[in-house]
Amino acid sequence: MIELLALNPSWWQETFLIKVPIGLLAVLLPAGTIVYLYLFKAISFMQSRLGPMEAGPYGSLQLLAEVGKWIQKEDIFPSKADKFVFAAAPFVVLMSTFLLVVVIPAGPDALFVDLDAGIYLAMAVSSVSVIGILMAGWSSANKYSLLGGIRAAGQLIAYELPLILAVVGVVIQAGTMNMQGIVLAQAEGEILGWGGIGNPFILTQFIGFFIFMIAVQAELTQAPFDMPVAESELVTGYLTEYSGIRFLLFFIGEFASAGVFSAIAAVLFFGGWYVPGIDAGSQVFNVIGPLVLATKTMLIAFLIFWFRFTFPRFREDQLQRLAWKFLIPLSLANIAITGVLKVAV
Amino acid sequence: MSTTTENEQLAYIASQAADARVNVEVETDEGMTLNLGPQHPATHGTLRIIAKLDGEKVVTAEPIMGYMHRGYEKLTEVRTYPQVTTLINRIDWLGSFANEVPFILAAEQLMEVEAPPRAQWIRTILFELSRIANVCLFLGDMAVQVGATTPVFYAFRDREFVLNQIERVTGGRFHPNFDRIGGLKDDLPKGWIEETRGALERMKSFCDEMEELVLGNEIFQARTRNIGVIPGDVALSYGLSGANLRASGVDWDIRRDANVGLVYDQVDWKVWTHPDGDSFARFWVRLQETREACNIIDQLLGSIPSGPIMAKVPRIIKVPAGEAYVATENPLGEMGYYVVSKGDLTPFRVKIRSASFSNMSITPWILKDVFVPDIISILASLYFILGDIDR
Amino acid sequence: MAEIPEHLLKRAQAARENAETNQPTSDQAPSETIEADSAVAVIEEEIPETDERAEEILNQILEGLGETVLTSHIAPGRGLWIRVSSDNWRQTAEFLKDELDCKFFDWLSVIDWMPSPYGRELETEQDIEPEQDTNEPEQMEWGYTGGDTRFQLICRLYSISNAAGIMIKADLDDQSPRVLSLIPVYPGANWHEREAREMFGVTFDEHPDLRNIYLPGDFEGHPLRKDYPLLSRRMKPWPGIVDVEAMPGEEK
Repeated sequence: MIELLALNPSWWQETFLIKVPIGLLAVLLPAGTIVYLYLFKAISFMQSRLGPMEAGPYGSLQLLAEVGKWIQKEDIFPSKADKFVFAAAPFVVLMSTFLLVVVIPAGPDALFVDLDAGIYLAMAVSSVSVIGILMAGWSSANKYSLLGGIRAAGQLIAYELPLILAVVGVVIQAGTMNMQGIVLAQAEGEILGWGGIGNPFILTQFIGFFIFMIAVQAELTQAPFDMPVAESELVTGYLTEYSGIRFLLFFIGEFASAGVFSAIAAVLFFGGWYVPGIDAGSQVFNVIGPLVLATKTMLIAFLIFWFRFTFPRFREDQLQRLAWKFLIPLSLANIAITGVLKVAV
Repeated sequence: MSTTTENEQLAYIASQAADARVNVEVETDEGMTLNLGPQHPATHGTLRIIAKLDGEKVVTAEPIMGYMHRGYEKLTEVRTYPQVTTLINRIDWLGSFANEVPFILAAEQLMEVEAPPRAQWIRTILFELSRIANVCLFLGDMAVQVGATTPVFYAFRDREFVLNQIERVTGGRFHPNFDRIGGLKDDLPKGWIEETRGALERMKSFCDEMEELVLGNEIFQARTRNIGVIPGDVALSYGLSGANLRASGVDWDIRRDANVGLVYDQVDWKVWTHPDGDSFARFWVRLQETREACNIIDQLLGSIPSGPIMAKVPRIIKVPAGEAYVATENPLGEMGYYVVSKGDLTPFRVKIRSASFSNMSITPWILKDVFVPDIISILASLYFILGDIDR
Repeated sequence: MAEIPEHLLKRAQAARENAETNQPTSDQAPSETIEADSAVAVIEEEIPETDERAEEILNQILEGLGETVLTSHIAPGRGLWIRVSSDNWRQTAEFLKDELDCKFFDWLSVIDWMPSPYGRELETEQDIEPEQDTNEPEQMEWGYTGGDTRFQLICRLYSISNAAGIMIKADLDDQSPRVLSLIPVYPGANWHEREAREMFGVTFDEHPDLRNIYLPGDFEGHPLRKDYPLLSRRMKPWPGIVDVEAMPGEEK
């Protein structure tokens, strides 16, 4: 995508002046939009209230005010905390979010790296955030945090498996693990010989999508899977002792991951940056592709937050039962069926 | 020089190790002690629960109260009878008018005064309105304790309509102080009856909404079914009352079986029971009772008799010597006042039997071998108000 | 000590005199019938002179317990009181639970019948110190069923099948009040007994855990005993004394 700008930057210029700012933007912009649009507004309307109305028109600058507030707050370390681990934990969580965005394509040429095993990298990197959460829970020297951290570890490991197995179906159908390849496979696919809208994998992999979204909900520790933070039981779980800028980092991590996972879902099941009617190879997609992808991302993110504010919370053992006894067998069956159909058809 | 450094290093290592031990007491055999409260998001008030955990399983749980003890039993001994209602309003602060009624009825019994029919009617209506205002909050709160954030907003929204009606009559939303020995302070304002019918319609639709949003939710059922089961016998011997008792299958309601001074016998209504005795049953019974309260008020509104609202009582109230115990079916359960009078301006002794105190006394029994999340859902389903425990 | 403004004291004084002159009417008032609108359906439940139901239950109790019931009292339509000696406390509860189906443990408490040594606190501007030189304490008066000692244990049990609540009272020793715990019969007595212990200093034998329930562990004294001073009343005069105001138009 650099070639488009008709520049010839050196490696470090390309990295630090173009890729890093765009990467930050790609993570923070959806996160901010999600927080304002869904966490502040849509949910308020569902709960028959208005949400923030004072900061900016319709409270649109509320997020900036919140960020300002958090930055001003004292960065408190509990006296018995393991200080280095405590300080590092939010960065580990944030790092995994930023690494995820690297493999998501936003247009034929608008991507950071074109990895052959892109989706494999995404799944691997997403597991890293567990370590950050466990670090936060352990180092806070707080029993609520510890319980929250351990719950998070158990939960994230349990739901990593259905998440990956749900993706396997898509990979089999697309025949590639390259994210760009998956988008192109959907764009160039045909539904029973008719190629009008390509072949978004949601049509064939709806079981995969269903499992993927449940697993994402659990990965993001959103209700009904929010036991690690369960505010009515564990105060706020592993976040209990965090304040100020470090809490803000966790907060960004949470909502940025929501955005990034929604984007991955959009790529895997809804054709990513592709919209029907334009040739998939067209350069137009380098401009409208990011917008298309963002729109699809937001629609999927809405689902996540809709569920979050509707459902009560599972109990820890019920959550494990759901993962191991229902989701994993279902996803294995999905893989088997997909494989058989792939060979047969 | 080098020895000091070495000592310092050793001391540092030792202190780090000690810190690590204090931080997380997981390696001990007795398990971990988790202290919930007195400042905790789920204890609505200042209840403290010390739970000994084995993993996430509760071995023992010991509630500790007294952070809000205000000594009302002592204070009533130096207040005149009319002044006492101001205090006892604050026992169960969500069902405030309902607190006054049993005390006033006990004093009336001793004075052998009976409130005129109109006052009895209005008392019953206000009593049921405060039940709705109280239990409405439970319906939302129970959901938020098991993790659903939205229903509690609906509960607060719709409770306003009921509180407005209470306020319109009594002038107070939470502490009306409206009941008087021999009647009521004031009559109903103009147009109140029609407005109340509107509020009741609102409450009925709220109940339907809760039934769909919370009761019918499968996760909610998974979290509450077979959790915190209290058999009827155990419930009786611990003195559980109100919806908690009826959810254990015991068909007993003071409004129907031991009614004093209120006009429930003039209304066609039903006592709801549930055989299961679990958290779900307690929620279900309370939901049905809210509907039933709407039904009771609806019938009473149509039949309020005319007449005075105050019986003839002396301006300076002296209660003849004697003892009386009057209990009513308050939103939280049986609330009663044992009033001992010696013919003075002040009661000689008032024993306050509050519902939550007995309801909560079962917690050490029931919070065994449950998970940490169940502590919260069981406590929420038992439904206590801290002021009602601590008095 | 805060000064009470002179005019408030005067008003209080006037109100008190007023109350005394009104005395006769207050005694008559209860007997006056209420004039209700005759067109209205009035629930006129005459308080029965005798209560057959309660008497029947009392007879059953007397049959079962015999001599151990010292006295009894029936207030028609209001309840049934029996008094037993503290030695038979648990036995009585067991009997009522087994024979009369009193499965519901309502509450348990203590009454301290000693008149407050601080006088009738409501009518004083500030608390009077206990008079040391008068050795003659005010005469103790007991309520229904009478009594012998200062502390009286009272417990209410309820029988759902008979729809009857029964109050049991028992006299306790003045110096070291103690009684057997009811926990083996009613587990719910646990907290009530803890409360009675801390508020009145009654010891419950065989109680597993007689810690304070409300007060801090190192709290001294038993607050609900009549000789325990209400400290806030001693620090400053009771503002409620001016609450009884003259009605408009009345003489001050």
